[in-house]
Amino acid sequence: MTSLQSESLSQHAGDEAHAEGHGDHRIFGLATFLVADGMTFAGFFAAYLTFRAVNPLPSGHNYELELLLPTVNTLLLLVSSFTFHRAGAALRRGNHPLCQRWLLVTAALGFSFLAGQMKEYFSLPFGLTDNLFASTFYAITGFHGLHVTLGGLMILIVWWQSREGGRISIDNQFPLEAAELYWHFVDGIWVILYGLLYLL
Amino acid sequence: MTLSLNPSESLQPQGWLRYLSFSTDHKVIGLQYIVCGFLFYLIGGALAGAIRTELVTPLSDFLPRETYNEVLTLHGTVMIFLWIVPVVNGGFGNYLIPFYVGARDMAFPRLNAVAFWLIPPAGILLISSYFVTGAAQSGWTAYPPLSITTPATGQIIWILSVLLLGGSSIFGGINFIATILKLRRPGLGLMQLPMYCWAMLGTSILVVLSTPVLAGTLVLLSFDIIAHTGFFNPALGGNAVVYQHLFWFYSHPAVYIMVLPAFGLVSEILPVHARKPLFGYTTMVYSILAIVFLGLIVWAHHMFTSGTPPWMRLFFTIATAFIAVPTGIKFFNWLATLWGGKISLNTAMLFCCGFIVNFVFGGITGVALAQVPFDIHVHDTYFVVGHFHYIVYGGTVFVIFASIYHWYPKVTGRMLNEPLGQLHFWLTFVGFNLCFAPQHWLGLNGMPRRVAEYDPQFTLINQFSSAGALLMAISTFPFLINVVMSAFNGAPAGDNPWNALTPEWLTSSPPPVENWHGEPPLVHEPYGYGVTPGQLSLEASSGRDLWNLGQGDQR
Repeated sequence: MTSLQSESLSQHAGDEAHAEGHGDHRIFGLATFLVADGMTFAGFFAAYLTFRAVNPLPSGHNYELELLLPTVNTLLLLVSSFTFHRAGAALRRGNHPLCQRWLLVTAALGFSFLAGQMKEYFSLPFGLTDNLFASTFYAITGFHGLHVTLGGLMILIVWWQSREGGRISIDNQFPLEAAELYWHFVDGIWVILYGLLYLL
Repeated sequence: MTLSLNPSESLQPQGWLRYLSFSTDHKVIGLQYIVCGFLFYLIGGALAGAIRTELVTPLSDFLPRETYNEVLTLHGTVMIFLWIVPVVNGGFGNYLIPFYVGARDMAFPRLNAVAFWLIPPAGILLISSYFVTGAAQSGWTAYPPLSITTPATGQIIWILSVLLLGGSSIFGGINFIATILKLRRPGLGLMQLPMYCWAMLGTSILVVLSTPVLAGTLVLLSFDIIAHTGFFNPALGGNAVVYQHLFWFYSHPAVYIMVLPAFGLVSEILPVHARKPLFGYTTMVYSILAIVFLGLIVWAHHMFTSGTPPWMRLFFTIATAFIAVPTGIKFFNWLATLWGGKISLNTAMLFCCGFIVNFVFGGITGVALAQVPFDIHVHDTYFVVGHFHYIVYGGTVFVIFASIYHWYPKVTGRMLNEPLGQLHFWLTFVGFNLCFAPQHWLGLNGMPRRVAEYDPQFTLINQFSSAGALLMAISTFPFLINVVMSAFNGAPAGDNPWNALTPEWLTSSPPPVENWHGEPPLVHEPYGYGVTPGQLSLEASSGRDLWNLGQGDQR
């Protein structure tokens, strides 16, 4: 249906015009939401940097962390952004099986990241309330991990919907595009997080 | 896309039941916000009455001290998060913005309904905490370590409630930004929008950028309370001042979230009742944008006594002083709009004039408070309480009332009673100034805020203030009677009783479900008063016809 037809219809549509009949601005809305979400992280990062600058830790505690596992994790997420992009490209060519395969790879990378994060948590020498750095570390990585978990579930939903004859198709790419934008955002936040918490 | 579109087969309830439903109609949602907010205003007002009753005498003989702390915390939280922010943004914004951009609804109608329906549960949660577990006692600022050491249950409920309200606010902000930037009728430029659109765009940018920081901060605070982490607890190696920075990064912009929409609404009401174009449209727009930018970088002026280093004090003093410039531009523009106008001093106009008087006073004390030496003298005294209420009550609440008197005929199709309205205004204006002007004197002489007991030398002035509060309480009655009675018996308003030019008046009163019966009118000059109709470009036939019809009725 062309936009012109749908517009003239919506005039006679009763309450229908009050339910998503206004053209598609959902990606714009999601991007605005991600700006807001990013500001939550910005607040956490600002708090972390301030703590680090002005609040010394008790003697015997320090800000050093093991680098190998988080670096591998960073690579996993970066690759997953790429694989998600491949899934979108496959969908735009109408190749549903390939799209689904790339989505599965992406989800697997995401959940591997979470497994790696859990492994790191269990091997760390400090707990949540040990010192200010420990609390901040768990709060920020935990909040990011929550995002990864939600993103992973979204990818699985998108994977199911993009089967041949499913809700997602070349004519309705929005769910996949939205999940992809969100996933890139979560990856981008991780890169900043990695730089600030592990490298700095 | 639904294929069978039959207007008679609507799934949503009709009549007044619409207002209790998950309606996606922006007009219904706007009224839901306003009525729901007003109910919370009555609760917040009763709490304020309890505070002023306690302060009639120097001893805490009306409320126990802890109850007093709970009452003042609830008063602040209810008034800010459940009355002013939802009504002046979600309420009038939802009702008016789709009209102003020439759309039939907001960009995301379902998200819009979700945003509203987060508010009643959050409000009920907050209020019921007083009866069930005891409410939070640390004020609306919830500063640690106070908020960590006062009873935990009430504080956690407070945090949950504010998080829900913050979510509602963010969803609303996203919707306004998308609607204003993306849903404009073809041919309608940004610089042709009514000023309220610009105010809501600026406000929504502040909401989206600053509210999430508060949400994150409150989550960390809840960890401190529940899990005994030490983010903001100096006893555990944490830093309480960081909380203040993060809190005010939201809560200073929150002042503009409460006031900028009011600026926008005044800019709509003044030209109509002064019969003159809004003076200095372009400078108004740039002033709003300047306030948005500066509003994000002045937060630490709330923290001059929190051990802030000298360079920080200097920076935040200067940045704060700069905000007076765009704000001043707006005030001179409003005065110039009134200058030489054919002013009708009806209730809406009176409340606007009251706003200008009160806000100038509150603005001047604000500039004074930005100066470090003065601020250190009056910090946490009643001077700050007086200043703040001149901004949010004398400023925003006056504009909310002005807006209700201005748009009630559009919403209901009936006029409000004018003598009752004038009585409401004068009671409010006198009561408000009697209540809050003396508080500046109290603060300058050293009476601290947020305490149930005070030095007996302040008794008389406190009694003046409480008498003013009583007048404000009484002023609510003519308003309530007016609003209820006029809905049934008010004179029929017609489509355009004020002879106004903004697009919401170019349709029937109340407007149809689709906002206009035909195409949305294209209004290039929403403030083209004093211009002959031929010079106005009301291109859409329905718009011009309706406008001419309105002219014919009135002349």
